Amino acid sequence: MIRDITLGQYYPGNSWIHKLDPRIKIMATLLYIVALFVVKDFSGFIVAFAALEAVIILSKVPRSFIWRGLKPVILIIAFTLLINIFMIKGEVLVQFGIFHITKEGLLTAAFMGIRLVLLIIGSTMLTLTTRPIGLTDGIEALLSPFKKIGLPAHELAMMMTIALRFIPTLLEETDKIMKAQQARGADFESGNIMRRAKALVPILVPLFISAFRIAQDLAMAMEARCYGGNLKRTRMNAMKLEKRDLAAGLLFLVFLALIVLQRILM
Amino acid sequence: MSYIKAENLTFEYKKTNDAGDILTTRAIDGVSFEIKKGSFTAIIGQNGSGKSTLAKNMNALLTPTSGKMIVDGMDTSVQENVWPVRQRVAMVFQNPDNQIVSAIVEDDVAFGPENLGVDPEEIRRRVDEALGGVEMYEYRKKAPHLLSGGQKQRIAIAGAVAMEPECIVFDEPTAMLDPRGRQEVLQVIRNLNARGITTVLITHFMEEAAQADKIIVMDKGVIRMEGTPDEIFRRGDELVEMSLGVPAPVELAMELRKRGIDLPEGIMTTEKLVEELVK
Repeated sequence: MIRDITLGQYYPGNSWIHKLDPRIKIMATLLYIVALFVVKDFSGFIVAFAALEAVIILSKVPRSFIWRGLKPVILIIAFTLLINIFMIKGEVLVQFGIFHITKEGLLTAAFMGIRLVLLIIGSTMLTLTTRPIGLTDGIEALLSPFKKIGLPAHELAMMMTIALRFIPTLLEETDKIMKAQQARGADFESGNIMRRAKALVPILVPLFISAFRIAQDLAMAMEARCYGGNLKRTRMNAMKLEKRDLAAGLLFLVFLALIVLQRILM
Repeated sequence: MSYIKAENLTFEYKKTNDAGDILTTRAIDGVSFEIKKGSFTAIIGQNGSGKSTLAKNMNALLTPTSGKMIVDGMDTSVQENVWPVRQRVAMVFQNPDNQIVSAIVEDDVAFGPENLGVDPEEIRRRVDEALGGVEMYEYRKKAPHLLSGGQKQRIAIAGAVAMEPECIVFDEPTAMLDPRGRQEVLQVIRNLNARGITTVLITHFMEEAAQADKIIVMDKGVIRMEGTPDEIFRRGDELVEMSLGVPAPVELAMELRKRGIDLPEGIMTTEKLVEELVK
């Protein structure tokens, strides 16, 4: 069961969006989020929504996967909506007791709601269409200009790669330790939250020790395979920009221009 | 021609205890041996006999406290030789999980050549070839944690092969595998040796050691015996004394000979024994 978890939430595919260079996708996602905050009225969201919709259709990712990405944050969205509906003062539409709903409140709530949903779906599309390794490679490449000021870009990316690789291994390890302790009568399922939290402490200690042991083994295996930092390292899948990456970049610039124009004109 | 040569090699682990005293444990005590180019050598011994420490000395993961380890004419204690030695002598470890670096099989196999600074097209060629050699090519896009132990170990071997070493040291590669995984991995090891890669297999399974050209028996940091499997297993009593055994078919053949059944020397496997008995 524990072995079935997916890393990140990558949806394997071979679409145009999947094939784009991770660097382009990461930059576009960041700028898309910025663009969502540039937008000041609903008509701007129409442009943003259309752009996102185009990406979703091109990526061929089933909508159920996209909804799955939205599910964990639904509570946060609902909370934001409620706060906005009830707290903003203005023309009162409904009044009951001390609570009142205003026209401005409803509008702001709708506005914030749309912004949040677009923001989350936008960033979900990045992780859905980019392999975790592609993401770390992309981040490494984008951070490498900052190496000059001492940012260890390669080391950071290597840490992320290894972390991704060992998430399932450590989950398996946790599973093993829990089963071993359950076999000796440990109880993780009954009692209140405090008791259950306390029962987890004896799992963490062996888990940490085993994580250190794995780290030591891995460091030795990496040394045996001539790992010596980023001195003369090459990459098998060197990232290079293709025509489609340039096309995607241009299309995205058109989108940004539309957003900015809309902001100026409206 | 000797490829790896140990001259009076001693290795001590240093540990600081709670009181701050430095404790030294001598894991290897004045060992000398030679490993021929292209040969298949098995090193056997109980836990704590120093066989793993010896393996790590062969590719400069550890360097001798005293004495010398010479790999392809290079002294491993010289700092400049460390990288060339590690490129020539690759290593596969016991736990398949703890030696795979990347979350995708082919990226992991590419890790070694990437570190060596090989050109991307050449890495691609080596990765495909190495994965083909261990019959894992169709799994190249998979995540390692979804594979079986034997498959993971074959990936680790492919990772070593992709560095194009002249020698591979296997440090108990089958210890954590089920019988089927052990078979698969052993087959891969034999194939690699047949392709001319000098092979050193550290193991405590006698059946595996029986497949080598030469066996070195370690006990308490020293070499107790050295010779062909046939020569070694003939001294079964001494092996038992060191808490080591003799492979079942070898033992059976010996007992049968004692009872007057005419069997030739050099029977190491069940298949061979059956074949001889049927004659």
